[in-house]
Amino acid sequence: MLSANAIRAWSWLHTWTSLVCTAFLFMLCVTGLPLVFHDEIDAALNPAAWMPANPGHALSLDDLLRRALAARPGEVPLFMSFDEDRPVVNVTTAPRPDAPANTLYLASFDRTSGAPVPRADRGEAVMHFLLQLHTDLFLGLPGMLFLGFMGLVFALALVSGVVLYAPFMRRLEFGALRVTRSPRVKWLDYHNLLGIVSLAWVMVVAVTGVVNTLAEPIIGLWKNTELADLVAAHAGETPPAARSSLDAAVAAARQAAPNMSVQFVAFPGGAFSTARHYAVFLHGNTPLTAHLVTPALVDAASGDFVGLREMPWYCKALALSQPLHFGNYGGLPLKTLWAVLTGITIVVLGSGLYLWVARRSAAPSDVPPLDGDEDASAAHRQASS
Amino acid sequence: MSDSSRPPGPGAAKVFAVPALLATLTLAGLVVALFDDGLHDVIAWMALGLPVGTIPWALFRARRA
Repeated sequence: MLSANAIRAWSWLHTWTSLVCTAFLFMLCVTGLPLVFHDEIDAALNPAAWMPANPGHALSLDDLLRRALAARPGEVPLFMSFDEDRPVVNVTTAPRPDAPANTLYLASFDRTSGAPVPRADRGEAVMHFLLQLHTDLFLGLPGMLFLGFMGLVFALALVSGVVLYAPFMRRLEFGALRVTRSPRVKWLDYHNLLGIVSLAWVMVVAVTGVVNTLAEPIIGLWKNTELADLVAAHAGETPPAARSSLDAAVAAARQAAPNMSVQFVAFPGGAFSTARHYAVFLHGNTPLTAHLVTPALVDAASGDFVGLREMPWYCKALALSQPLHFGNYGGLPLKTLWAVLTGITIVVLGSGLYLWVARRSAAPSDVPPLDGDEDASAAHRQASS
Repeated sequence: MSDSSRPPGPGAAKVFAVPALLATLTLAGLVVALFDDGLHDVIAWMALGLPVGTIPWALFRARRA
């Protein structure tokens, strides 16, 4: 067990790491709750009225691309993506391949008829606001990295909390709640129980959240190292004026990876491809591999298949940290558990804040011994100093 | 307050026995659902549900005591 000095040091660490990140953690929990149910909220706000015009029929991708470009004269295609649960193809166009994000235009088409699909975007503005706040506080990369740092501080608060759990619980059974004692004792027990029960989940979500804040540097590293040869070989080129068949490119990618599904195609010149290639992004079909994306490169002038470029380990780590942070990989019950655990985290944060305020407002000598438990009362006294 | 002045107690092993079990269940549940849908998901719900379920159990027990 810990010495009095060690308890004092860990208490100090737990108090201050917690105080530094608590406000941000409250924000992350409150915005994260609706984001867990993003799909369900979208579906509820936009009841599925859309049906494909000619079920079973499928237009070619080249045909759909022509229609999308005809509707946006002078623009170039950047991405073509495919809905998972309905025959809908989404085409993103822009004035230039390197156009800023706010000039991109997304249009959706019925794969079976080529007819435009009305956007189901009711409630999207609110969800987008929450997502932005949750991801980067509207501050872009610096905001993301700042929240990542808060995540690290939070992890430190969790570790110190676990260390302090031992002296506080030394004389108590697991799950003991002294509800008839003073509010401070009662809330200390709630804090300890809820904190230790949710610990593993909270730690996983915190660590994967920190990894997610590094998304931009991680993808940049991939492009600057393993994809650098391709990008450099075609730097400064303009995309080929006459592109080879998109359908043939996608078919070649499918053939190279028969057990994968096509997620989207990045067109030549955009941020996710080179000036010369179609990048066909494929993903696996289990929850584990669905996030592991492999680009297949096809020469957009000659139509030659160049090869698959598997993600390096650090990109895979980023990809796998996404489901573990979002909780969107095990059905609605898993999402519900995610929400319950988020609620538990909010109570742990709130009770921690309450315990800090309560200790500060009481002089150290006023702190009553907790059930004659000298460890706990010593830790309690020291936490107040 | 030093270790030697205190009668030997059950120590950290006893304090952390149940929490370690719950943490192991949680991590196993989080990982198992990644590998497939269907039965894997059901196992994950139970593995995560049990730790969460200790809270109503503790509340119920405290009310009755």
